[in-house]
Amino acid sequence: MELTTIWFILIAVLWTGYFVLEGFDFGVGMLFPILGRGEDGETRRRVMLSTIGPVWDGNEVWLLTAGGATFAAFPEWYATLFSGFYLPLLLILVALIVRALAFDYRGKVDDPVWRSRWDMAIMFGSYLPAVLWGVAFTNIVRGVPIDADQEYTGSLFTLLNPAALLGGLATASLFLAYGAMFVALKTDGPIRHEARRLSVRIGVVAAVLVAGWLVVVQTGAGSGASWVLTGVAALLLLAGLAMSHRGSEGWGFSLTFAAIGIAVISLFVALFPDVMPSSTDPAFSLTTTNASSTDYTLKIMTWIAVIVTPVVLLYQSWTYWIFRKRVSGHHIPTEVALAARQPVSARRADSDD
Amino acid sequence: MEALDLARWQFGITTVYHYFFVPITIGLSLIVAIMQTAWLRTRNPEWLRITKFFGKLFTINFVLGLATGIVQEFQFGMNWSDYSRFVGDIFGAPLAIEALLAFFLESTFLGLWLFGWGRVPEKLHLSAIWLVHIGTLLSSYFILTANSFMQNPVGYVNNPETGRAELTDFVAVLTNKVQLVTFPHVIAAAWMSGGAFVLGIALWHVWRTATPAADKGMYRNAARLGALFVLLGGLATTITGDIQGKIMTEVQPMKMAAAEALYETSPEGEGAPFSIVTIGTPDGQQEQWAVRVPDLLSFLATGTLDGEVKGINDLEQEYQLAYSDDALTVADSYKPVIPVTYWTFRWMIGTGMAAAGLAALALWLLRGDRELRHRMWPWVSLAVILLPVAANSFGWMFTEMGRQPWLVFGVFTTASGVSPGTTVWEVGLSLATFTLLYGVLAVIEVKLTLRYARAGAEPAPDHSLDPSDRSDDEPFVFSY
Repeated sequence: MELTTIWFILIAVLWTGYFVLEGFDFGVGMLFPILGRGEDGETRRRVMLSTIGPVWDGNEVWLLTAGGATFAAFPEWYATLFSGFYLPLLLILVALIVRALAFDYRGKVDDPVWRSRWDMAIMFGSYLPAVLWGVAFTNIVRGVPIDADQEYTGSLFTLLNPAALLGGLATASLFLAYGAMFVALKTDGPIRHEARRLSVRIGVVAAVLVAGWLVVVQTGAGSGASWVLTGVAALLLLAGLAMSHRGSEGWGFSLTFAAIGIAVISLFVALFPDVMPSSTDPAFSLTTTNASSTDYTLKIMTWIAVIVTPVVLLYQSWTYWIFRKRVSGHHIPTEVALAARQPVSARRADSDD
Repeated sequence: MEALDLARWQFGITTVYHYFFVPITIGLSLIVAIMQTAWLRTRNPEWLRITKFFGKLFTINFVLGLATGIVQEFQFGMNWSDYSRFVGDIFGAPLAIEALLAFFLESTFLGLWLFGWGRVPEKLHLSAIWLVHIGTLLSSYFILTANSFMQNPVGYVNNPETGRAELTDFVAVLTNKVQLVTFPHVIAAAWMSGGAFVLGIALWHVWRTATPAADKGMYRNAARLGALFVLLGGLATTITGDIQGKIMTEVQPMKMAAAEALYETSPEGEGAPFSIVTIGTPDGQQEQWAVRVPDLLSFLATGTLDGEVKGINDLEQEYQLAYSDDALTVADSYKPVIPVTYWTFRWMIGTGMAAAGLAALALWLLRGDRELRHRMWPWVSLAVILLPVAANSFGWMFTEMGRQPWLVFGVFTTASGVSPGTTVWEVGLSLATFTLLYGVLAVIEVKLTLRYARAGAEPAPDHSLDPSDRSDDEPFVFSY
């Protein structure tokens, strides 16, 4: 197999890893105002955060690795995509920054206003990328105006076409349902059952949107294989929803995990051998061959990826195993932030400083 | 203003900001790992308390470094797409390897460390923080590999057919002589930053009357450990910095001359003087007035008292002849902004030395059980934390501004690298967004750091942290 094809597959794998993992932690953040309300809302939100706390950052590294690998293996793809999709990427960056800080900082001060502000950051920081990645991938697969110099010639509004907006709704609703399945799988108590019921309700809407979206994308760009994969993904998603409905959280989550993975792969299969098709003229499209690095660079990178990736997969899945137990309200420490822990004498002395 | 200027400002602002937190986290992860190791070795609860205390401060800083790091990886493509196309074959590899080898390690094991208190066996938990530290070192190595290529391109050819630089020898890129001395220089500077952070906060607690007397010994030990790191780091930055100066004279003579505002090459057989103060004309073209130490620059740059150090004006002429006939290398002037390079170079050395001086003073005054009484100490504590942060920033400003007008020295100018399709208002919007956002986040971060520093170490937990002593239904020791 050509090295460029191997790297196309590796990048597809990295994006797939990113969406099957960060998909549910986006979902958990998006569900904050839905599953995290009520009298015990604060405890609920902390339970939800505890399900993704140890792992969300590792999930996000799949994105950084996908970006880095694209830069290394297909510099032209990296350059055209990142300079062309400038404003959506700017929004994604802002969202990921405030979201990361919110996870760590929200519990650091015992003040409801402080926490509710960071809760907003978590919610918007999860919604925005969940929508925008759908928009971005629809445009990548369907093609955007690219000139002979491999420069993107459209504007922000070129990217916000109806198909892409449908894609944004599809990924956002899918991650919402997927996040609910994760909460159902990882928690115990009332929130667990609420999350499961919610995942089915949102999942039905998501299934319709996702099916519509994938058909729109495949209609322009698809091949026989990618159509088959789309069908498989749709069936897996329906099976996942059915299992959730029947009360099997493990199967519901796993089947949806597989559905998302295969849906992402179907997009990459539809894309191949292009990496960024040009809607201006197919001759201007970026392909695995005209956008790639030299064979020497690809060979070195292949060795490194082949050796390191299995190790990464091993230790990352191992941490999921370590934190496998369900979280309930009683696991959440009652004392919060600093005030409660600090001896009264020290607090009094502080106010004299 | 053109998109090029705005893109440069954005890179400067976001990178300097990102780098406020990076050296602190590299140094602090090591010190926290040492503290936790000391706890498991001695079982002295003070080590546990101080581990958790600085561990919290470490995460507050780490998460901001992490979040702003994502921007770094994206903005090469967003604002510097022509650069990415030209150099991606070489430059992309270390970035991808950094993510694969370092970012996964850091993020996965930081998660395990944070949430693993009381949930994973103690030795495994300790290894997590060591792995986080190893991750920060790997990350530094690969990102500095990429940077060193920009300072001193090696292991590549310019392929006229594809119009880009292509990798020919990856080992040469990884063992670039600039890299081999820059990596230890940067890590030593990170020791100074992490050490100074611990020293400053611990020193303040030693001084402060509100801190319980029983805790003073713990802070005193932490302050000593921090001071030791500042001094060792200071020594190592000096040694590596000296070697760097000699390599720089060889591979980037213009940067060395610009560091010294040395306009004219000294006549043959005479050494170049080291400038204490040089005032140039406002446009930075000519020297007006200077105080100098004879021959010292020659000694620093070449190791001999009469070694030749080329002056800015001679180099400018040389470069005009060598580079002005190619679109990728042509520039109006090959001089960096001399006042910037001249002063950042001095401020780097000055702030670094001042930090080491304060650390030595603190170490001396903390000997035995001596108490600190003078009301200047809080200010010393603050200064000791900020000085290495400043030194790190000045160092990077010097080395990156001193590289100008080049992106890759001698190969590719900064002006050739900017994204051609990106508009002024797009880059302007992005610059404004990041500047505003980073400003707000800085205020929050500093407030949180002060709050947690002021609160002091929590009392030792009244329960065991060994998971075999705990039931699954107990509340977590740590949760968001």
